Amino acid sequence: MSVIALLAQVLRIAVPYLFAAGGGVLAERSGIVSLGLEGFMLSGAFCAAVGDYYSGSAWVGLLCGILGGLLFGLLHAVATIRYRADQVVVGIAINLLVIGLTRFFLRLAFDSSSNSPRIAGFEGGGPLSGWLAGAGPMIPLGLLVIPAVAWLVYRTPFGLRLRAVGEHPAAADSLGVPVARVRYVAVALSGALAAMGGVYLALDQHQFTDQMTAGRGYIALAAIIFGRWNPLRAGVACLLFAGAETLQIQMQGTQAIPSQFVSMIPYLLTIVALAGVVGRANPPAALGKAE
Amino acid sequence: MKRLFILVGVLLAAHLGLLLAHRGGAAAETGTGPSVGVVFDVGGRGDKSFNDGAYLGGTRAARTLGARVRFIEPGEGSDREAGLRLLAAEGSDLVLGVGFIFTDDLTGLAREYPKVHFAGVDYALQTDAAGNVVPPPSNLSALKFREEEGSFLVGAIAALAGGSKKVGFVGGMDIPLIHKFEAGYRAGVMHVCPDCEVLVGYAGVTPEAFRNPGKGKEIALSQYQAGVHVIFHASGSTGLGVFEAARQTGHYAIGVDADQWAEAPGHVMTSMVKGVDPAVFDAIKRVKDGDFTGGVRSFGLAEDGVGYVYDEHNRALIPDAVRARVEQLRREIIAGRIKVPSTR
Repeated sequence: MSVIALLAQVLRIAVPYLFAAGGGVLAERSGIVSLGLEGFMLSGAFCAAVGDYYSGSAWVGLLCGILGGLLFGLLHAVATIRYRADQVVVGIAINLLVIGLTRFFLRLAFDSSSNSPRIAGFEGGGPLSGWLAGAGPMIPLGLLVIPAVAWLVYRTPFGLRLRAVGEHPAAADSLGVPVARVRYVAVALSGALAAMGGVYLALDQHQFTDQMTAGRGYIALAAIIFGRWNPLRAGVACLLFAGAETLQIQMQGTQAIPSQFVSMIPYLLTIVALAGVVGRANPPAALGKAE
Repeated sequence: MKRLFILVGVLLAAHLGLLLAHRGGAAAETGTGPSVGVVFDVGGRGDKSFNDGAYLGGTRAARTLGARVRFIEPGEGSDREAGLRLLAAEGSDLVLGVGFIFTDDLTGLAREYPKVHFAGVDYALQTDAAGNVVPPPSNLSALKFREEEGSFLVGAIAALAGGSKKVGFVGGMDIPLIHKFEAGYRAGVMHVCPDCEVLVGYAGVTPEAFRNPGKGKEIALSQYQAGVHVIFHASGSTGLGVFEAARQTGHYAIGVDADQWAEAPGHVMTSMVKGVDPAVFDAIKRVKDGDFTGGVRSFGLAEDGVGYVYDEHNRALIPDAVRARVEQLRREIIAGRIKVPSTR
């Protein structure tokens, strides 16, 4: 197992986390708890599979996946911002809703409760095509997402408003910042970005399978918390978690350390971060508060 | 808060609606035979393996025995028990749970509804504090498979036809049920090739490990990179990732439960098949004939309850000499000359 092969594996595992964490940071920084990442990802995977299947093009699949995530992001936004429903409850509801809906439509479209037929993927290319075959633009996009979100949050007027809204919505409001509108944009974007993580999974497997995201949205959320709501640090956390997973896969043969211990790493690190061992974890002040 | 209740109420109603819309399924409900209810495992219909096998057995019973068969596909968690209970309370003659996950629910309901017959595919026998096996209730038939025997044979095939001293195994959730596959497979490999090495990877320690094709693909890719040519998977839809890896790298995989050739044609060396279909059919037939008894029914090589695929598709992948050797092994296992371990 060469070093390149290992790094490529870390990268492949990290990409879905990077997309979801990038999206999640946006929503959380605007003050909306992003527990629906798992659902956004799954909706992206499913919509990508459907779009790809009927068009035969992975690009159409990508577009459909993004639209699917956008839709559920908006649903999340309407419920939490317009109707001020409890953000945690809405997030969980979205996750459950998407599991049910994808299965329902899977049955309707492909007469299976388990998986879609084979779909087209991106054709591999470039110098690393042997290691990153079939990922097409998804891996470069995944690597770009974190810097892009960081730039948006820290270097643009929108980012400034976003942070203000997440810290003190009342103050932002008094300065004429349209709090609700900023939050709508942030949450919808988070849906679209997280969905791209799901798109990657579906296209990489060349099919959608029931609940194929398998908890990756929660890992991404853990990465956000571990990264203390800073997009760059959250990105590093994603790579770290993916590294732990790679380690766990590689360790299984050796029996040196029980692999179960290695799979605990992301969760342990998150608890450690929350306990304030590595610096203080201070979430956006208005996170989870209905106004 | 009020809005929240309305939201939850609407969701619940939609949920129930979907559950009810599912029931009935496609099967005939008009026959004169026993009324049978089947509750599927996670994965549901169309998994091209386990649940589809049960569906086949059920529909065949509906066709040839006149049984009125209903299928319920549960969603998450507690629905499972609700589905079984619904069928039992309606006075079905036989309630059948597909998958080890139904074990506790079936045991509880069998005690509660002593007049209803129950059957559990892959029912896990429990042991009491002293380590003795607790027999299932007298109205519950545990349909168990000796997967280790079939796994032994595909292990021999992987070692003999793979062309590498390293063979791979990918398991779903790290539990005794899957260890059975691993143990049999490993024994089969070692029996024909004592200096071979078996690389083992499990996808996780939660039920999610059975539906994580992304993880399955990564485990398979690292095994192939380590020099493995053939991987046997026992991991539900996680295994679809194993097939994808085999396709991508030009290696081979071995399917499980049902013939999985179609998942990656040309890359599926064989499949370890489990006769869920005949086991389900048999249970329904016994209810119809009035000779249903509780207890354990075990299906192995001798009963054709497990086996491996050898047909016009994969014949080219398994040389005649290998086929002859494996058939010899099968006869030896049936005759009891080879003891296949079921734990690792």
